[in-house]
Amino acid sequence: MELTLWTYEGPPHVGAMRIAASMEGVHYVLHAPQGDTYADLLFTMIERRGKRPPVTYTTFQARDLGGDTAELVKRHVREAVERFQPEALLVGESCTAELIQDQPGALAQGMDLPIPVVSLELPAYSKKENWGASETFYQVLRGLLRNQAPEQASHDPTAWQTQGRRPRVNLLGPSLLGFRCRDDVLEVQKLLTMHGIDVGVVAPLGAGVGDIRRLPQADLNVCLYPEVAESGCSWLERTFGMPFTRTVPIGVGATHDFLVELHGLLGMTPPAPEEGYRRSRLPWYSESVDSTYLTGKRVFIFGDGTHAIAAARICNEELGFTVVGLGTYSREMARPVRAAARELGIEALISDDYLAVEAAMADASPELVLGTQMERHSAKRLGVPCAVISTPMHVQDVPARTSPQMGWEGANVIFDSWVHPLMMGLEEHLIGMFRHDFEFVDGHQSHLGQAGGTGMGSDQARAPETTPSESDLIWTADGEAELNKIPFFVRGKVRRNAEAYARQVGCREISSETLYDAKAHYKA
Amino acid sequence: MVGPTLLKESGPREVFCGLTSIVWLHRRMPDAFFLVVGSRTCAHLIQSAAGVMIFAEPRFGTAILNERDLAGLADAQEELDRVARELLQRRPEIKTLFLVGSCPSEVIKLDLARAAERLNEELLGQVRVVNYSGSGIETTFTQGEDGALAALVPMLPSSDERQLLLVGTLADAVEDRLIHLFHRLGIKTVRSFPPRQSTDLPALGPGTTVLLTQPYLTETARLLKNRGAKILKAPFPLGAEGSRAWMAAAAEDFQVPSETVADVLAPLMERAFKALEPHREVLAGKRIFLLPESQLELPLARFLQRECGMELVEVGTPYLNKEQMSEELALLPAGTAVMEGQHVEQQLDRVRSSQPDLVVCGMGLANPLEAEGITTKWSIELVFSPIHGIDQAGDLAELFSRPLRRRRLIQPALHPAGSEHPIHT
Repeated sequence: MELTLWTYEGPPHVGAMRIAASMEGVHYVLHAPQGDTYADLLFTMIERRGKRPPVTYTTFQARDLGGDTAELVKRHVREAVERFQPEALLVGESCTAELIQDQPGALAQGMDLPIPVVSLELPAYSKKENWGASETFYQVLRGLLRNQAPEQASHDPTAWQTQGRRPRVNLLGPSLLGFRCRDDVLEVQKLLTMHGIDVGVVAPLGAGVGDIRRLPQADLNVCLYPEVAESGCSWLERTFGMPFTRTVPIGVGATHDFLVELHGLLGMTPPAPEEGYRRSRLPWYSESVDSTYLTGKRVFIFGDGTHAIAAARICNEELGFTVVGLGTYSREMARPVRAAARELGIEALISDDYLAVEAAMADASPELVLGTQMERHSAKRLGVPCAVISTPMHVQDVPARTSPQMGWEGANVIFDSWVHPLMMGLEEHLIGMFRHDFEFVDGHQSHLGQAGGTGMGSDQARAPETTPSESDLIWTADGEAELNKIPFFVRGKVRRNAEAYARQVGCREISSETLYDAKAHYKA
Repeated sequence: MVGPTLLKESGPREVFCGLTSIVWLHRRMPDAFFLVVGSRTCAHLIQSAAGVMIFAEPRFGTAILNERDLAGLADAQEELDRVARELLQRRPEIKTLFLVGSCPSEVIKLDLARAAERLNEELLGQVRVVNYSGSGIETTFTQGEDGALAALVPMLPSSDERQLLLVGTLADAVEDRLIHLFHRLGIKTVRSFPPRQSTDLPALGPGTTVLLTQPYLTETARLLKNRGAKILKAPFPLGAEGSRAWMAAAAEDFQVPSETVADVLAPLMERAFKALEPHREVLAGKRIFLLPESQLELPLARFLQRECGMELVEVGTPYLNKEQMSEELALLPAGTAVMEGQHVEQQLDRVRSSQPDLVVCGMGLANPLEAEGITTKWSIELVFSPIHGIDQAGDLAELFSRPLRRRRLIQPALHPAGSEHPIHT
């Protein structure tokens, strides 16, 4: 038993719903009690979908449990097939139904339906949403393509050269309730078009049963979101011999690497390295003098594996930030995240306890947080600016405008959305600097609300946890005054450094001189 | 008897389970914690229904069962003790701990009553531990509050004092206002259940007259009656007319002269009538279809028909307690289709074929219907908004007139009216 207050991921059947709702002509019969329909609102409210997810809930009740729940499953399967006329049916169960062991998938498979039935077994008490999405996508591919599997996997990704056509690739992984998938698909399509590469099938987002069946006709697969598509891509590789790309094109460097990998696999000449510089504004914006103040900004990164790893690379190589924390809630992605952290000389945080993440965040005293909606709230409490880079997300993370994360335009979007909160940080600093000027209107409202602008910074937000341990130290009036001249977003760190320094040299009073001594000590 | 036509259907449902009521119960009693014993689905459900993660540490959480608990490798009772202790250590300000049963805990027959008893002994009165079920296999949405309150009834001290007890969670401001009005009617002792502090439980006995503020408190009402309280029969306090009848029922029981009632309430009624006027202009003659969800559907339908002039196409309700709803049913026009239970697909077929002007439904259905060109009002807002009492009648009407006004404001050409295919898929 595990105490959970807020959770990063839903149960695995919500992952299955994401796949079903992303596709066309697929229906999902979910053996589940009343109440599990809450999951519909994730799609209709967060994604503002104008269509109900294609899910029929068997809605069993306590009084059904003594009777024939298996018959209930079959009735709903029959009704769903008749009403929605799907081309393929997914059948599975939620946590409660797993306990009563009706095996709805097997039941449906025994009903002699005129359409393919994919049975989903998603262990609700050990797995989570992304795993459920990945497993469902894999089972859909397997279920619909098994018959086409050749005896011997033989596939030549350069065959297009002799067939008198352009190279053709599938984009796998984009799904509903994924982070900016809708826009990433457009952007990657554009990117590939510029390189004379056609897109065969995009799946699961927008794919029908026929589309899945024509996946093997492409030269290779592009795995856009490993969380959802990696196991499916691996199966296609094992079964059909179709290779897939491993690089996720988020950021200028990664987009370039992705193009090189893709061109290599297709037997094409890789693009010139300066393409990113010409196509994206991120590199120049980052070089321009206005960005000098971004140098060494301390960034704390937390999210799903793909977006966290991509963010770390962009921060480190493209924006000149210092990554002071990197982690993921996804155990499945722990290994690559750990490796990415190691390269940056830090230890990765693998946890799905948002309070542990918040504590790590406070401890790292970042100047910018890149995280999920959970970290956005934590950062708000700590008074640190934040940009959302990953699911779990909220309705505001599904903007009306096109705002991809991938490709050249994705890099532009990232520059704007990560630097914008920091600009605000600079603005806060200026407000703090000028607030004693007579022109300054009292009561100027900071965008950080209570936490910013008025000089109440991250140090105060954290005061309760630091006060007891520092009771042995006294801040003199001029020490406090000097401290207050420091921008609020680094004040916490300066305060702690000064106190650590004072303890180290055995001094009980912290004056402005001690502050300068500490500064020199730590800069040296 | 001429009255509404009572119908029933069953099938796939689109309603919340009883766990959802934690979203408002935990706000009502800030010294209580609601610990769901369930699955990740339960945690995800409450989080999704609660909307955004505003609180660092909310006063609700889930003890998520894992494979070890299910396989019997871990003693679920011991595990629950451990989680409860851990929780109470972190939150020393908690005075009442609700152990809330869920679908999985009910199916594996995890005995939460035994757990509550044991924890009560261990905690020696520092924290009171009670249990109830909010599971979807047994409860619907607002029924969760019924379960929580019913679990508290045995804890209520006894008293013969003459008092009026308002039962059911109200918004604090609305509650203050209603109590003030009862005082003006001359009813001196008015208490509330649930109280604002979980330790501040009202006493109960033969001198107690109960007014239910919400229509979903069947079990609680039964238990209060068993403890000697008198449960008044009245329409529920939604809309001016219903609220007036509701207050008048209490006044009659406390032998308040009818002139006093008229003196106190007539000006309020007049004001409410004025407040309703602009909304009536929008709503009168419009056809409304209420899908089952909050159990407020019957009183709302009565208000919208009688005071706002709306035409009722169908009034859904998750379940129907005819006894408790008798006053409401009597006020509905003859022949009104009242549908108990749900087959969501068939019901949506009826929505589409009847083309109502407004549909009251849950959040899972609202946007899809809007995309089909059907105006909606999502029902969860009705359980969060201060809508009870004569003074709130105008605000209540506005919740229904706003979507219609909005629909009129937005250039209709933006939406391909009558299109069979929604554009925003």
